[in-house]
Amino acid sequence: MSRPSIRDRAWAAALVAPLVLFLVLFFVWPLWTMVTASVVDDAVTKVLPRTAAAMAQWDGNDLPPPAVQTAFAEDLRSAEDQQALGEAVRRLNSAVSGFRTLLSRTVTAAREAADLASLDLAAIDRRWSDPRFWRAIRDAVPPYTDRNLLAALDLKRDASGNITAEDPGTAANRVIMLRTFVIAGTVTLVCALIGLPYAMLAASASGLVRALLLLAVLLPLWTSLLVRTAAWFILLQQEGLINDALMAIGLIDGPLPLIFNRLGVIIAMTHVLLPFMVLPIYSVLIAVPRNLMPAAASLGAGPLRAFWRVLLPLAMPGLMSGCLLVFMVAIGYYITPALVGGANDQMISSVIAFYALGTANWGMAGALGLILLAVTLLLYVVYGRLSRSPQLPGGA
Amino acid sequence: MLRALQIVFGVLVVAFLILPIIAILPLAFTSSVFLTYPIPAYSLRWFEELVTADVWRLSIVNSLIIGIGATVLSTVLGTLAALGLRRSALPLAGLLRTLFLLPMVVPAVVLGVGMQILLVRLGLASSYTGVIIAHAVLCVPFVVVSVSAALQGIDPAIERAAMSLGAPPVTVFRRVTLPLAVPGVVSGAVFAFATSLDEVVITLFVAGPNQRTLARQMFSSIRENISPTVAAAALLLIVGTLCLAALAALLRRREKRATALP
Repeated sequence: MSRPSIRDRAWAAALVAPLVLFLVLFFVWPLWTMVTASVVDDAVTKVLPRTAAAMAQWDGNDLPPPAVQTAFAEDLRSAEDQQALGEAVRRLNSAVSGFRTLLSRTVTAAREAADLASLDLAAIDRRWSDPRFWRAIRDAVPPYTDRNLLAALDLKRDASGNITAEDPGTAANRVIMLRTFVIAGTVTLVCALIGLPYAMLAASASGLVRALLLLAVLLPLWTSLLVRTAAWFILLQQEGLINDALMAIGLIDGPLPLIFNRLGVIIAMTHVLLPFMVLPIYSVLIAVPRNLMPAAASLGAGPLRAFWRVLLPLAMPGLMSGCLLVFMVAIGYYITPALVGGANDQMISSVIAFYALGTANWGMAGALGLILLAVTLLLYVVYGRLSRSPQLPGGA
Repeated sequence: MLRALQIVFGVLVVAFLILPIIAILPLAFTSSVFLTYPIPAYSLRWFEELVTADVWRLSIVNSLIIGIGATVLSTVLGTLAALGLRRSALPLAGLLRTLFLLPMVVPAVVLGVGMQILLVRLGLASSYTGVIIAHAVLCVPFVVVSVSAALQGIDPAIERAAMSLGAPPVTVFRRVTLPLAVPGVVSGAVFAFATSLDEVVITLFVAGPNQRTLARQMFSSIRENISPTVAAAALLLIVGTLCLAALAALLRRREKRATALP
């Protein structure tokens, strides 16, 4: 092929441009918005710009100097946007409760005052002589914050600004992250233990048997994720088919708790993710010459030794790709744990969804989302390196 | 001995993969309000519920509207991009290809959070446009992969032959390249539609109550108050996706024959 001409390049660029624009607008931008939501903290700065500038004069001890107090009163007097003011109040109230009444009283007083410079805030409300409230304002005026990112890792800043551990009572995120990794790791391990022999079986079979074995993997991949989760929900429930069958053959006397616990989540997730393990291993094994195992046997290797020394090393790239793929997809799972799991089986995605959908706390949702995104992309880069072509098997 | 072990293992795994999906199908026809076996009597009451109850009917209509919208949008954008990426005349083609595949990799919840914040700012929250755009983002990788594969299968000699016979590039594209790429475009569209049909997580974040899709409705039904309607809806989805899968397989076969024949 000759080198592409400038004309060809212009055509190619024009064809690719709409999708690039679309994805920048509706894929890259949303992710960027989420990341910024976790670090931007400008609700207070927007309403109190003069105070923010004046705060530099205060060392944080005792009460702020009169210049800060005057700037604060001026800001409150000129605060026109009720919605912005409401957001600032909400932000401050979340740091120290009591700000709601305090600010509404002070705003009224600042609007009515004739001379702001001589306005005595402590006379309006005694709480203004408490440095705690001023410190909360000082902490809230910087437009960017690491509060959410620290909180996502169960850390916080103490009064003097040093990073310390969150109180054990409120710290929950590390536990959930660890749980996410444990569940994803368990599912990956189970998938590998079932997937490797299954892929070997499919690769060594031929004709109808191989087609059947592959169809069994592809069919679930083609079936709606929700249908599969619904199926497990129905099978695992207390009067479900599995409990009924086990009781009918007399293995158990009462129903086993299979749903709303860890076991149910792992069974359902393994079912959903097993194809992602089988297919990469199969695609590697299918390229292995068929006479390799007989050759190993003829050289005196037993079946186990031939597997360990010949087939397993050859299957390794597929196994690694499969493990990475399953783990990567598993850590972001939401639907299956949400439907089949109990309260103690919820993974990081559930917490993100809780902050975003339940409490509209974009900061925390963004911070936890950023962590999940970073881990996933890291795994994807490794996966891409490992499998050379950055493509997932179809139907992902 | 080893042989027997292999057979038992193979049968067990196949059963694990297939049986759960098959096991819920008969429950769609139960006359009872419980999703349990044995089925007391067969009836179509849950399918009736599916098409008469407002929430379910609306959700099926929504799924079709949003699915078709997202399919059209992603197929047009993805096909154009795959054509542009062909022969890698572009610098950074590898990087672009990775960008086009990333929506498949990023966890849905993460994209959902960002999408929700952005769509609220753009005034598109809880609108059909917003949901269609969000679904199309997820569908794009499937279209790009499928069309790229079809284009890769076209023998450049055919296009050269057309050109040497005097056809201008536009005619070559219209009469040779495009017809050969059509099966790839259609199977990409099928993948896209199936993806949109099954999408729940992003929908949870960006759709309002008026844009509830069938999958979203199934999700809340399982979560809050499961009834055999869910099994009926599952049957509908299985039949739907199997038809789509058969269509895609058929097209891929034709595509193979079409590129092998000339």
